[in-house]
Order: sequence, then structure tokens, then C-alpha cells
Amino acid sequence: MKLFLKKFITKIIEGTLFLSSTITSLAIVLIIIFLFKEGIGIFGHSSVEDGFEIVVNKDNTIKDLSAIQIKDIFDQNITNWKEVGGKDDSIITFRVDDIANYYSEEELGANLEFVPDKVNDLISKTSGIVAFIPQKYATKNFKGKVLPADKITITKFFSGKEWFPTAQPAAQFGFLPLILGTLWISFGAILLALPLGLAVAIYMSEIANSKIRRFLKPTIELLAGIPSVVYGFFGLVIIVPLIQSLFNLPVGETALAGTIILAIMALPTIITISEDAIRTTPRAMKEASLALGASHFQTIYKVIIPYSISGITAAVVLGIGRAIGETMAVLMVTGNAAVIPHTFLEPVRTIPATIAAELGEAPQGGLHFKALFALGCILFIITMIINLTVEYISSKRKFQK
Amino acid sequence: MIEFYIKSKNKEIMKKLIYLPLLMIVTVAATMQTNISIKVKGSDTVLPISQKEAEVYMKKNKGSNITVIGGGSGVGISALLDGTTDIAMASRKLKMSEKIKMQDAGKAFKEVIIAYDALSVIVNPQNKVNQLTREQIEAIFTGKITNWKEVGGDDMKIVSYSRESSSGTYEFFKEHVMKNKNYSSSIMMMPATGAIVQSVSQTKGAIGYVGFAYVENNVRALKISYDKGKTYITPSMVTAKDKTYPVVRPLYYYYLNALDKKVKPFVDYILSDEGQKTIESVGYIPVK
Repeated sequence: MKLFLKKFITKIIEGTLFLSSTITSLAIVLIIIFLFKEGIGIFGHSSVEDGFEIVVNKDNTIKDLSAIQIKDIFDQNITNWKEVGGKDDSIITFRVDDIANYYSEEELGANLEFVPDKVNDLISKTSGIVAFIPQKYATKNFKGKVLPADKITITKFFSGKEWFPTAQPAAQFGFLPLILGTLWISFGAILLALPLGLAVAIYMSEIANSKIRRFLKPTIELLAGIPSVVYGFFGLVIIVPLIQSLFNLPVGETALAGTIILAIMALPTIITISEDAIRTTPRAMKEASLALGASHFQTIYKVIIPYSISGITAAVVLGIGRAIGETMAVLMVTGNAAVIPHTFLEPVRTIPATIAAELGEAPQGGLHFKALFALGCILFIITMIINLTVEYISSKRKFQK
Repeated sequence: MIEFYIKSKNKEIMKKLIYLPLLMIVTVAATMQTNISIKVKGSDTVLPISQKEAEVYMKKNKGSNITVIGGGSGVGISALLDGTTDIAMASRKLKMSEKIKMQDAGKAFKEVIIAYDALSVIVNPQNKVNQLTREQIEAIFTGKITNWKEVGGDDMKIVSYSRESSSGTYEFFKEHVMKNKNYSSSIMMMPATGAIVQSVSQTKGAIGYVGFAYVENNVRALKISYDKGKTYITPSMVTAKDKTYPVVRPLYYYYLNALDKKVKPFVDYILSDEGQKTIESVGYIPVK
């Protein structure tokens, strides 16, 4: 009876463990499916807002306009049709709100019921017009020409250099500056944090006496517990003005400020994990090295680091992961200008910062919303590639041994 | 003996504790009948108004319960669609796509302007420039003017700060001041109004725009002209109220017609003289 009960309890525990792992993996898979489902939805979508259309006069020879051309036209950077391949005629832009400049209030009707007709008239009699109007205005006996909507494609996504997700009439979704900004900052952060973190890890595990170690370790771990907003505010108030006066820049919110903050934030991860890795070096190996006449530093450099390299790589990757995914601190100090970075002394915009800043106000299920999910997919893929690389590197090391 | 006493005492307490959940259920059930609970969600710009109004309203009307949550205009409006909020706060008008969605869902809604917010264009206090025309501001934010000497200041690069593209403030500034032209892509985007004030106060060549209530001593608000430089208006409560100051935007409440009965008292209270006084005390401009 007792034995049966024991078996029964074991079964229950096993079942619970199995269930928890199943639920966890299921949740992860569901999240990934959700992410990609929303993200992929953007491709093939028109860059013009739902329910709106771009129309021109029917005598206009233009067949289609790209999203960038539409934006430049409505920003009045392009003012003549010949610049986009049409005939020599100046461009007149029109939005529904502009109707009051052409017609009096009486002509539009008390409840604005004549607006569609008047818009129609205006488009048919103005040769250089390009109008951004609701779809329902362009249904029956419409006298203008509706331009086919410019579809968003993967290549446009990755080659686009402009990020104007809420621009009207045509939103611009160029990922390039965001991706480069994210990689640029994470790369810089690792460049700063790796030598420093490794040095601290070696010092703590090999050189420092136990008294110093006992003080140092909790202090460094404390660093990991500080909320990222605090880091961000520290960066905005202390580091940003410092960089500004040090390099004599017009503005202090730069990639460098983000890099420094991220390096500080990645340090605890790198130090703790690589220190643990270094400490797992078998005593016998160290003693063998010392017995052969190697000095302490030779042992560190020739035996301990090669032995713990997979742990150190893991530390670096987790550090990069922390840096790439970090949102709030970066959002506060990098200036968030969506331009392709050339130096560390320019403002940049990262993917997580973009998602965090914009998701709150983006209409749910809309184009902008989907674009942000697509950004999330890219972030996911970048992290996955990094993880796979590490798996590959560490498995290779083991094989050699 | 003492041990036994404590044990028996504990048992007594335990017995009493059993009644506690029961008591709670009864009280909750009792309050449910008399209480109105209203959820308000949306724009962070409107948030301070709603919080203050809800506080005062709840004090006056015992038994009413108003929960105010931020998150952004878009969040509020999609919550209204899902039915997870009763009132959506917004610092912009509904977008066409959102209106279509509301229509598709068969939900008729009301739009109420509860207050106005004036936007100030701010610069660093060390900047010599005191006033700009609308055209100059447009040229600065679209990136056509890049040096302060072009608008009568020192030879210094202009660093322009803006809110995030998703913010209602961003949209309003673009529509109203920049006449729908897009910002330059090298513009600095800040996550919060407070961050703009902070950055402008520590960057010499900076220019930015913030809600009227956020202007502090460490930045200076510019005079603005909408008639090509004939008259420049200082942003203040007086000029905003008499509508001479041009950069003023409405703040909205959206709610479904079906919930009219439930939310009307609160909305009416905000629009009452007393409610509007509260709005002024938070630093916004009353409707009347």
C-alpha cells in the first residue's frame, strides 16, 4: 500500500513537471506565432492609410507614384510633374480639409453633403492636382484617375532609409536606420564592456582575496537590480551633458551615451557569468600549469581563459542580448533620430526604443501596428542568430577537447 | 497551560477568519448595487486632468468609483472598441481608420471636447532669439533652416526636439504648425514631454515644443506669429483663453452612446464651472 502511494506521488510529480514544461514551450510557440502573424501582415499592404486613395486629374500621364514620391510631393519637395516622369506642369496638392479654400460654406452644404461632388469637380478641372481623399468619394461617376496603391515589400522594408510611420498620405517604413542603430549601439556596448568585464571577472576569481571578493560580488550584482529607467535618467542628466561638453557637440544625446549606459548595464551579466566559468577551471589543471614553471599570469592567459572560453562566450552573448533588447535607458539617452549612424557622436534610434515609444499610440491592427510587430520579428531573428552562433562556437570548442 | 490557552485563542481567531471572506462578498455585493464604476483610459496628456477630476468627483459623490489609466490615445481608443474601457481619452481626433472600425463594429460614439491645451515652442534660456513666425518654425522642423543665425540668433547649429511620432502632440504640431509637412528625419525624438524640457534646458542650440503646463524656468517659451511677423503673441493663460495665441489644441473624451447614462454625470461634471476650474488649476485651458 505504502509502495503504491509512493509510486502514485512520483507519477503526480512527474506529470506536473511534464505539464509545466509543455505549458512553457506552448506559450513560447504561441507568442512567436502571434509575433510573426502580425508582423508578416504588413507585406503586400498599401502604404496609403486604409480607406483613402491618391487620385490625379484624368489627363495626367503619371501611371503610379512610389511612397517616397508621394511623401516628397506632399512635403512640397517635388513641385513639378516632370520630376516624377510626367509632363511639365506644377503640382497642386489637395487634402479634404483644403476644400474650404476653394468653395464657400454655402456651396458645401450645411452638413457638408456636397463635399464629394465639389472634390470631384475640383479634380476634374485642375490639371496639376494630386488629391488625398477618402475612398468613398471616388466611387460612382468619378472624373479623376485613381493611382494604384504602392505595395510594401520586403526589399523596400530593408532598403528604405526613412522611418515616418504616421506620415500622411504615404507612411514610410524604412527599417535600415533602426536595424543599423540597434546593431551599432550593441556593438559599441560590447566593445566597452567585454574588456572591462573580463578584467573584473579574472581579478575577482584569481587575484582578489576573499575579503575583497565578498564585498565586490554583491556590489556588482546590485548593479543588475537597478531599474533601467534609473540608468536612463542617470544617462540623461550626467552622461549626456558630459559628452556634449567633452566633444564640444551641439547635442549630447548620441549613440555614445547609449553605448556607455548599455555597457554599464551589461557588465553585471558579463562579470557574474564569466567569473563562474573561470572558477570552474579544475584545480588540478591550474596546479599542473604552475608546477611546470608557468607564472600566475601565464596560467591565467594560457590555461584558465582557454578552458573557460565557452562560459565567457556565453557571458558575452547574454550581454549582447541584454544590450540589443534594452529599451528604456536607450530611449532616454540616444536622441532617437531615425538616421543611419556614421559615428558614435550622432543620435540613433533602436528597434526596442521604437516599439516601446510607438506601440501605445498606434491604432490596433493598423499598418503602423503591424510594422512595429515586423520590427519585433527582426529583433527576434537577430537574437536567435546570435544564440545559434554561440551554440555552434561552444559545441566546436568541446569537440576539440 | 498557557500554550493551550494560546491554541484555543488561535482557534477562535481562525473561526472568525472564516467569516471574513463571507463578509467581503456581502459588502462587495452591497456596494455593487449602489456604485457606479467608470473606467477612463488613454492619452497621457489628458491623464492629469482626468485624475484630478476623478479625485474631486469621487470625494463629492460617495459611492462612485472612477479608475483612470494612461497608455496613449491609441490604447484608449482600441480599449473603447474592445469594451474594456468606458471613456477613451485622446489628445487627437479619431483617425479615419479608427472611425471605420467603430462603424464596422456597429458602435455609435460621442466626442466631447473637455479642455484645450496650448503648445509652447521652447528654447534654451541662453538663446537670443525671442520670437519666430510659423513659417520659420516650419522650416526649422522640416530641416530647411539649420542655423540660428538665419532667424536672427547666434551662429549656432539648431537642434530640434520632437515628441515620438505616435504622440498626439506630434500629430497636432505637424498638422497645425507645419501644415502637414513631415519632420526632418534628423530630428531628435523624445519619449516624454519632461525629457524634452530636460534636453532643451541643457542644450544651447535646442528648440522643442511642449504642452503649456510643462514650461518651467529652465527653458524659455517663444513668442509666435501666425501672420508672417506682424504680431507676435506670448503664450500665457490669458492669450490662450481669448484665442489670440494660435497653437491651441482640443483634448477629447470618447464614449459609446450605449453607455451614455453611466458616464454622463462624470462628463457633465467636468464641463461644469467647477470641473473647468479644476482644469485650469492643473494648467490646461478650460473650454468656456
